[in-house]
Amino acid sequence: MQAPETFETPAAERVNYLNAQYGLKSWLLTKDHKRIGLLYLGSISFFFLIGGLYAMFIRLELLTPQGDFLSSATYNKVFTQHGIIMVFFFLIPSIPATLGNFLVPLMIGAKDLAFPRINLLSWYIYLLGGVITIYALLAGGIDTGWTFYVPYSTTFSNSYVIATGAGIFISGFSSILTGLNFIVTIHTMRAPGMTWFRMPLFIWAHYATSLIMILGTPVIAITILLLAFERLAHVGIFDPANGGDPVLFQHLFWFYSHPAVYIMVLPGMGIISELIANFSRKNIFGYSFVAFSSLAIAVFGFLVWGHHMFVSGQSVYAGMVFSFLSFAVAIPSAVKVFNWTATLYKGSISYDTPMLYALGFIGLFTIGGMTGLFLATLGVNVHTTDTYFVVAHFHYVMVGGTLLAYLGGLHYWWPKITGRMYPEGWGRFSALVIFVGFNLTFLPQFIAGYLGMPRRYHAYPPEFQVFNVLSSAGASILGVGLLIPLVYLIWSMRYGKRAEANPWHLPGLEWRTPSPPPTENFLVTPLVTWEAYEFAPPEELRVIGMFKEDESLEDADAVINGKPL
Amino acid sequence: MAAAVEHEVSHPALQHHFDNLEQQREAGTLGMWVFLVTEIMFFGGMFLAYTLYRSKFPDAFASASNHLSLPLGAVNTVVLIVSSLTMALAVYSAQVGKRRNLILFLVLTIVLGSAFLGIKAVEYKDKYVDHLVPGKLLPGNAFSPVVAAHGDTDPHKLHMIGSATVKQVEMFYWIYFAMTGMHAIHMIIGVGLLLVLLYFSWRGRYGPEYHNPVEILGLYWHFVDIIWIFLFPLLYLLGRHLMHA
Amino acid sequence: MSEHIVSLKVYFTIFLSLMVGTALTVWAGLQDFPGPLNVIVALTIAVIKATLVVLYFMHVRYSSRLIWVVFAAALFWLGILFALTFGDYWTRGWL
Repeated sequence: MQAPETFETPAAERVNYLNAQYGLKSWLLTKDHKRIGLLYLGSISFFFLIGGLYAMFIRLELLTPQGDFLSSATYNKVFTQHGIIMVFFFLIPSIPATLGNFLVPLMIGAKDLAFPRINLLSWYIYLLGGVITIYALLAGGIDTGWTFYVPYSTTFSNSYVIATGAGIFISGFSSILTGLNFIVTIHTMRAPGMTWFRMPLFIWAHYATSLIMILGTPVIAITILLLAFERLAHVGIFDPANGGDPVLFQHLFWFYSHPAVYIMVLPGMGIISELIANFSRKNIFGYSFVAFSSLAIAVFGFLVWGHHMFVSGQSVYAGMVFSFLSFAVAIPSAVKVFNWTATLYKGSISYDTPMLYALGFIGLFTIGGMTGLFLATLGVNVHTTDTYFVVAHFHYVMVGGTLLAYLGGLHYWWPKITGRMYPEGWGRFSALVIFVGFNLTFLPQFIAGYLGMPRRYHAYPPEFQVFNVLSSAGASILGVGLLIPLVYLIWSMRYGKRAEANPWHLPGLEWRTPSPPPTENFLVTPLVTWEAYEFAPPEELRVIGMFKEDESLEDADAVINGKPL
Repeated sequence: MAAAVEHEVSHPALQHHFDNLEQQREAGTLGMWVFLVTEIMFFGGMFLAYTLYRSKFPDAFASASNHLSLPLGAVNTVVLIVSSLTMALAVYSAQVGKRRNLILFLVLTIVLGSAFLGIKAVEYKDKYVDHLVPGKLLPGNAFSPVVAAHGDTDPHKLHMIGSATVKQVEMFYWIYFAMTGMHAIHMIIGVGLLLVLLYFSWRGRYGPEYHNPVEILGLYWHFVDIIWIFLFPLLYLLGRHLMHA
Repeated sequence: MSEHIVSLKVYFTIFLSLMVGTALTVWAGLQDFPGPLNVIVALTIAVIKATLVVLYFMHVRYSSRLIWVVFAAALFWLGILFALTFGDYWTRGWL
């Protein structure tokens, strides 16, 4: 049995969740939410690479107006698969399953999530769904667009619709179980003193996201099942030959898929709230407004799905209602942007890598969000639907938004997760490369779309070529920019500078435990008596349960970090 | 700025990340309710499709509904309601620590659930015999009901009302199989979980202090019963009154 | 333990009510009521039966407010799905 840990145990020998047990079984059968977060990190990065490969093929093909190395049929598969992998296997799980899993218990002072085994199960379910989808891709792929519209997907497509549908259906359970775990944990396992309004905004964001996961995902589940049933029976409720309505599919599909985009962006917004407040050393402006705006987005997000169907044959009156509600849903997002900006004002801003990502998010998400308003306008939508304007809009919010937030959060919490710092110079450099590459990729697409270039076409009229060339050039820069962190983050796990418990000197509960944390998260159960962003001098922000009353800050930190006294 | 929380002597069922059994029970119950929310939304999609097409094709839906066996449907409804009672009594037995009763009521619930599934199988067989399985789901037995001529009282033939067409009737059966099939799958899972619970009950795991698994399986079981409470009138009782007209 | 144990008497009363409701719904199904009343009667009885199951068999009557809110939220969201979808179908013929 190991000697009990004291403040005299050097950091290098300290038992934490990474070295507590070794061996493949200890990882594959773990119940520790932190290890599960890392398992997800690995798998999600893998799917991101695959989705990125498909993106590369798209951008290569679109360099010239005519078809090059992809036939139109193959191109249909490439953009479909890019969408499916990125939406269902990267964006939706990314932040909640990696950072959320890791941080939710830490931030509220709990030892784990409410249901650790269900957490592990959710990872295996995600993998199973992923494996089945990859099988479908390798067996021949799917060409219906990630939106699976009927009657093409039920009746006319000769691709692997059911197999892909099965993969997505199964991975949806992973989403549901994650959301369920978060909701129950946040309601029942907060540490003493951790009231709802002392929780970090990251938690509020994940709570709201979990609500959407719970309420929306089952509807896409049944929709995929009904689609598969119809494809097998060669008859069904979406088939006009029986009196069915293809638009019913779209109602059911978008009832989930619109709130799904809030599943993608809300956790990102939660991260941004943390980054902005913490790197401005200032309490977030309007905490309650930001907290409630997350809930408002979750609720309102369910009321606007028809804005994907303005030209589908949906009634004009329904269109008007959905258009109005779509304007309304922008308001809570705008509230967040205003509050972040107000937080920055007169803050003590440090431009570390996470802050660069956060600032990038604010600008790019604002552009993406505002172009969403263009699309919500009925009249404009008639012209921009199914053009590159839409493509640019959603890439601005999902890549410029969610991906940037994900990278910012990954860097910010990297010392907590791994006990090592990433190299700051490389971090800032790649953040800038990504920012430049991203804008060069997608800004020209707004213009091309507005001028009429349709989406999902492998060949296009020559007048759009200049925008496509710019976009593909940007994509190569973006691709390089995204590979750099992959390299240095992995490098840092072995060779990075060892991080102390609270390298950024912040008040969050996750920083009040060693980096990396012990398996049970905290050395003693915390008693929370402070507000979420109540900044304090470093000596008041030390590891909970690990210092002597009269010990000096330097001595305590030296011991914690294994430095000589 | 920090303090420790005392931990009571732990019950063997207390999981390490919970402070006490009460917190664990609260979490388990809330977790099951959140899961039931997902089930409500899941079935809700099918209820939506049903409502839409029933309003579009009232005559066809009535005709198709009349072809279902009202006695079998009604018996199944009774079977499920009794099973809900036995499940509630199982929970009660666990709460008051009566192990033998707990086992008895779990067994009864399993038997009743299986009876429901057996009757459902009979109904499905009837549909198969009358060629009412939609589309080309069963190769070799495509949807091809025989329409009864006026005055023909053969129960295997489809008796059409008003402006019903065979294609619209097929729509009804598509929805019928989707909804009752999904419901049956949930029943099968429920029976499976009940068997697991039965094993642990027999091993003496549950008592007044700890019986949350019985409670939450009870929630699941009652939910599946509620789905049927709606399915029965919506599928079986649509057009009976029109037949007597 | 803050658990409330529902009495056997309540369980049996609810059970009998459910059986009566079932008989009633079968009987009502065989009557020819004017207009849409058949549907309304059938759904009303179903809703009452479901409510009894939720309140007493599922213990919502004795549960915390949180559980009640969770259940009500599900119904509300189902309502959103129905309302906005039918908002489309009912107004299709208007223009």
